[in-house]
Amino acid sequence: MNRKQTDLAKRLVLNLFIIALALGMLYPILWLLGASFKPSNRIFTEVSIWPSVATLDNYREGWRGIGIVGFDTFFKNSFVICILSALANAIFCSLTAFAFARLKFKGKNLWFALMMITLMLPSHVTTIPRYIMFRRMGWINTFLPIVVPKFFATDAFFIFLLVQFIRGLPRDIDESATIDGCSKFGIYTRIIMPLTVPALITTLLFSFLWTWDDFFNQLLYLTSPNKYTVPMGLRLFLDSSGMSSWGPMFAMSVLSLIPAFILFFSLQKYFVRGIATTGIKG
Amino acid sequence: MMNLSKKRRLQENLGSYMFLVPWLIGFFLLTLYPMGYSLYLSFTRFNIRTPPQWIGLNNYLVMFKGTETLSRDERFLNSMWVTFRFVFISVPVKLVFALVVAMLMNKKLRLIGLYRALYYIPTLLGGSVAIAVLWRRLFASDGLLNMILHTIFGLTNLPAWISNPTYALYTLILLAVWQFGSPMIIFLAGLQQIPREYYEASAVDGAGPIRQFFAITLPSLSPIIFFNFVMQMISAFQSFTQAFIVSGGSGGPLDSTMFYSLYLYIKGFGFSEMGYASAMAWVLLIIIAVLTAISFKSSGTLVSYGSGE
Repeated sequence: MNRKQTDLAKRLVLNLFIIALALGMLYPILWLLGASFKPSNRIFTEVSIWPSVATLDNYREGWRGIGIVGFDTFFKNSFVICILSALANAIFCSLTAFAFARLKFKGKNLWFALMMITLMLPSHVTTIPRYIMFRRMGWINTFLPIVVPKFFATDAFFIFLLVQFIRGLPRDIDESATIDGCSKFGIYTRIIMPLTVPALITTLLFSFLWTWDDFFNQLLYLTSPNKYTVPMGLRLFLDSSGMSSWGPMFAMSVLSLIPAFILFFSLQKYFVRGIATTGIKG
Repeated sequence: MMNLSKKRRLQENLGSYMFLVPWLIGFFLLTLYPMGYSLYLSFTRFNIRTPPQWIGLNNYLVMFKGTETLSRDERFLNSMWVTFRFVFISVPVKLVFALVVAMLMNKKLRLIGLYRALYYIPTLLGGSVAIAVLWRRLFASDGLLNMILHTIFGLTNLPAWISNPTYALYTLILLAVWQFGSPMIIFLAGLQQIPREYYEASAVDGAGPIRQFFAITLPSLSPIIFFNFVMQMISAFQSFTQAFIVSGGSGGPLDSTMFYSLYLYIKGFGFSEMGYASAMAWVLLIIIAVLTAISFKSSGTLVSYGSGE
């Protein structure tokens, strides 16, 4: 009996410790959330998370954006870029992964090794030539330099993730399909594709989120506010406004985090799978 | 007969290569060719408006020792120093923290699923511009941290962390450490692989939790620690967004947050010195390659991959 009690007490302490540490860590985010509802003149006088006076003014004012461009435009642009990128990544990385994981062809090991090397390559060595190339093609201030590379499976992380996943699938299904006269493309679309859905969801998820936060490329290629994405919009806000507009700034920051939040809590297990199998950066 | 099978094999190969076409185009056009071109540019002076001018090793010489006409680029060396400090402080601290939290998350508790999710949130959101903006406000002279230190602890004369060259880099290190979620999840997966019998047997032999940690947990996890270290190091070297937003794109105060990537961006796209920026990109590539190779070399002695029974 006594032993059970000390066990229970230990558990309680452990739970409390974990919750306290989590709250401490999440305090800045919770404070941001609270601050977004506080009137601007109170934001930097209140330490507490809970607003003593709550208002939606920050959201209203922030949504109007800067000059003639509102945050609705920034959100629309971000969504267009991210959805296209995620779909392109899922389709073209999985085609590539299927070839590497299942097909036999000359030079496969060499190509695979090269693909793995690009995984470790710092993007800086391609940044400037790509910029020059896209500039020559008249692609500056369009979404193309950000989206088009994804149609050529340049994100090796996802190829690797999908290769790992396809290798784990039993081979006998596609072997018997081959004997039944199914073409390679048929095996890919009818057998492998449906079986890799979990890994494809992981790919869609991470592509979407990474593109959402891919500030560097957006900074490089998007030059006019009507093409700006959400991170660029926030930065514009930061640069062009003084102390008075921290409220709207925080309100839009909160909105910019919502897609990540929703995706995370609705698709949590795919996150864990993605991280655990490839050890992706974070 | 022979001819037929040869033809078949060719067809077979061709059919397979069809799947690889998008990737192959991407590899040659968007990776290999740009790499070659940036290597060439690194030996030139190039401002994008006029054709590149061959200057041999000058860009590299300016970085490390200077030429007859140009003195050494102290800002470059400083950015390297800032980045090294950032990487080699933030990565180890982050990994220690990730391991400690992973061990907590490995306990059997009813709400453990929720706890794991909560501890991942900073990683989920931390790479965004929104959080970088928040960071800038947290550590400003009238920011949240100083507000707390003042109203709760009654401290006065507090520094403006973000605009003080002594502290600014540490706010960015803190931001990086705060995003410990990915290594945590990988550690957790590793911890779950360690057979329970190891702990039970050692407990019978009288080993306490600390002894068990150093004799069982740490050696079993060593390949994962190594893997996490290499991956985190590679990505930390390339950090950009946080330093850009927190310093307002300047790398200030006094270049104290001038990350390598940020300086490369300023050189290439601010000053249009694209040859120099390309040379910087290649130096970064070499640094990362060498450090990765050293890590792999030393892993032979530090990492135990089990006896392979």
